[in-house]
Amino acid sequence: MSQPPVTTQPDSQRDGPVARFLRATEMDTRLLGMIGALLLIWVGFHLYGVFFKGMGAFLTPRNLWNLSVQTASIGIMATGMVLVIVTRNIDLSVGSILGLCAIMMGVMQARILPEWLGLGHPAIWIISIVFGLAIGAAIGAFQGFLIAYGRIPSFIVTLGGLLVWRGVAFMVASGQTISPLDPTFALLGGGPYGAVGEKGSWIIGLLACAAILYLIWSGRVRRAKHGFPQRPVWADVVLAGIGCGVSLGAVLLVNAYPWPIGIVTQYAAAHGITVPPEGLFISHGFAIPVLILIAVAILMTILATRTRFGRYVFAMGGNPDAAELSGINTRFMTVKIFALMGLLAALSAVVSSARLNSATNALGTLDELYVIASAVIGGTSLSGGVGTIYGAILGALVMQSLQTGMVLIGFDAAIQQVVVGSVLVLAVFLDIAYRRRSK
Amino acid sequence: MTDRTGQTPLVEMRDICISFGGIRAVDHVTVDLYPGEVVGLLGHNGAGKSTLIKVLSGAYRADSGDVLINGEKATIENPRDARRYNIETIYQTLALADNLDASANLFLGRELVSPRGFLDDAAMEAETRKIMARLNPNFRKFSEPVSALSGGQRQSVAIARAVYFNARILIMDEPTAALGPHETQMVAELIQELKAEGIGIFLIEHDIHAVMDLCDRAVVMKNGQRVGTVNVAEVTDEDILGMIILGKKPPQAV
Ligand SMILES: Nc1ncnc2c1ncn2[C@@H]1O[C@H](COP(=O)(O)OP(=O)(O)O)[C@@H](O)[C@H]1O
Ligand SMILES: [Mg+2]
Repeated sequence: MSQPPVTTQPDSQRDGPVARFLRATEMDTRLLGMIGALLLIWVGFHLYGVFFKGMGAFLTPRNLWNLSVQTASIGIMATGMVLVIVTRNIDLSVGSILGLCAIMMGVMQARILPEWLGLGHPAIWIISIVFGLAIGAAIGAFQGFLIAYGRIPSFIVTLGGLLVWRGVAFMVASGQTISPLDPTFALLGGGPYGAVGEKGSWIIGLLACAAILYLIWSGRVRRAKHGFPQRPVWADVVLAGIGCGVSLGAVLLVNAYPWPIGIVTQYAAAHGITVPPEGLFISHGFAIPVLILIAVAILMTILATRTRFGRYVFAMGGNPDAAELSGINTRFMTVKIFALMGLLAALSAVVSSARLNSATNALGTLDELYVIASAVIGGTSLSGGVGTIYGAILGALVMQSLQTGMVLIGFDAAIQQVVVGSVLVLAVFLDIAYRRRSK
Repeated sequence: MTDRTGQTPLVEMRDICISFGGIRAVDHVTVDLYPGEVVGLLGHNGAGKSTLIKVLSGAYRADSGDVLINGEKATIENPRDARRYNIETIYQTLALADNLDASANLFLGRELVSPRGFLDDAAMEAETRKIMARLNPNFRKFSEPVSALSGGQRQSVAIARAVYFNARILIMDEPTAALGPHETQMVAELIQELKAEGIGIFLIEHDIHAVMDLCDRAVVMKNGQRVGTVNVAEVTDEDILGMIILGKKPPQAV
């Protein structure tokens, strides 16, 4: 089969190398802008430390590893919030759903199941999680039902949910803190034992590289099959290089963060290892909550871009009437989207309560605002139809970086709020300006 | 004129009524459509043409009246039901999702998927390229959201969507409103082609000459009511204009 000639843009001669590079790799300039902003924040905080504190603490394996763990909970929910906002809805209840699910799972694993199965039974953590996820999804579906079939605006339904579920969370355990949680469950929150170690991280990094190469290669095969114009080979090579470089760089980073001495001593004693005088270097590797976030991000990206469900989400956001006239069951779609959001809030409840090794009814307070802000900073348009999963996760990373950075350089909580709030408004302003210009 | 006696109409809409608040948008209207026939729907803005056909396409539910397909009573409660009867519609508003590209719009609700159930965007784009080559050979913007297209290009996407899926009943609500003379001519040829394939077409059109050229019969509506139905070959354009403007029924009309 002969291939049609690659269509050349008539003005490609006049553009600079950067513009040509961007077009050849089909990279999203908005994404690059966000990554640039993120790096600027990181370097800025680091240099501030270098100049004013005599030591930069931001760009260290320890801080970046912690940053990744702290981003997980908000990041997981932000991926679902993208779909909610893309369909011109909002969910203000995610923080409260998180709190309620955390309490329910806490009661389940610390009180109910040990009585039935015996303390420390290996199925406790699994049953608790399935139970929590089911509750989250059911609450979400219920809210979605009220929005879709009851025709109540999502703002109102979930504003009600914000109060209701937080109140229920208090009632379930009479306001008590439930602690400690099941030891296996607690691993899902991260920490030295809740990470996959050096070897595990290399395996994950190499798998990621293999997946990137496969995706780029299969993309070329598909285009060739239909005779569509191909990206230049050099552009694909550059993309593969960047993707693999980032994956392996992340592995090197998380492996450069060793266990603290106390944990090493404890571990060595438990396993009959003698610690040499210069100490043992045991790497953390990727934290489990971060791996959960990455898995959620991949699955949600596939859902949003490669399935009918995702296509309908964007169609509903772009033109609800057109979606309905195309035979899409938009009401049932809304139920499913909110159920998914509830499920993700429950998953975040697993991560955040496991991280604290305790469940309280206040867990997740104000999270809805950070989740919405992450999605919006990440380019999700409140007028619907536009948004990406990776953008929302980058948005979560930006928010968390700001907060971590301000804590490191000693800003107090009041200034942190001022900065985070201002950044949200500024980010949306820049986004609107960017979109207007690129039209 | 072809003699239709004894033949079952493809579509019969009997005594359809639909109101919005106090407004009787469609008031006891009866129309029918035979295979291979083009029936024009005419009338001023607000006469109720779009509302009437939206009952057939499943967008609205009639307050009263029946829809029969091939002589059998049909229940069309939503656009999915209409698609099951092979009814395809080009809406006056085009009903495109502006943030999606041409092929996503063309296949909206009927996406091609791979054996594993994932969207097969490449296959959909290939099909879109094929049909657009037929309908609008100058169309190039396959990977841009349709908001970036001109009015005429958007209209050709909406037409392509209605034509692609082997319609038996085609509803065209002002399909050439945004088109230039050349594209309008192509749509006229398309209508002739589809008619020859035995498809029944409801055509809402303001250009009286296009109606005289393309339609077999014309139904004129005014204030939600049907003024009359005429065989186009038996009347002059003045007769039809008289029906539209004055609501005056010529002797040949039924
Ligand atoms: N969804 C709606 N809600 C309220 N009124 C409507 C609606 N759709 C149509 N109408 C009214 O019904 C009448 C007929 O409109 P329409 O069918 O669009 O006319 P036409 O297509 O002949 O120009 C108008 O008075 C219009 O205002
Ligand atoms: Mg109309």
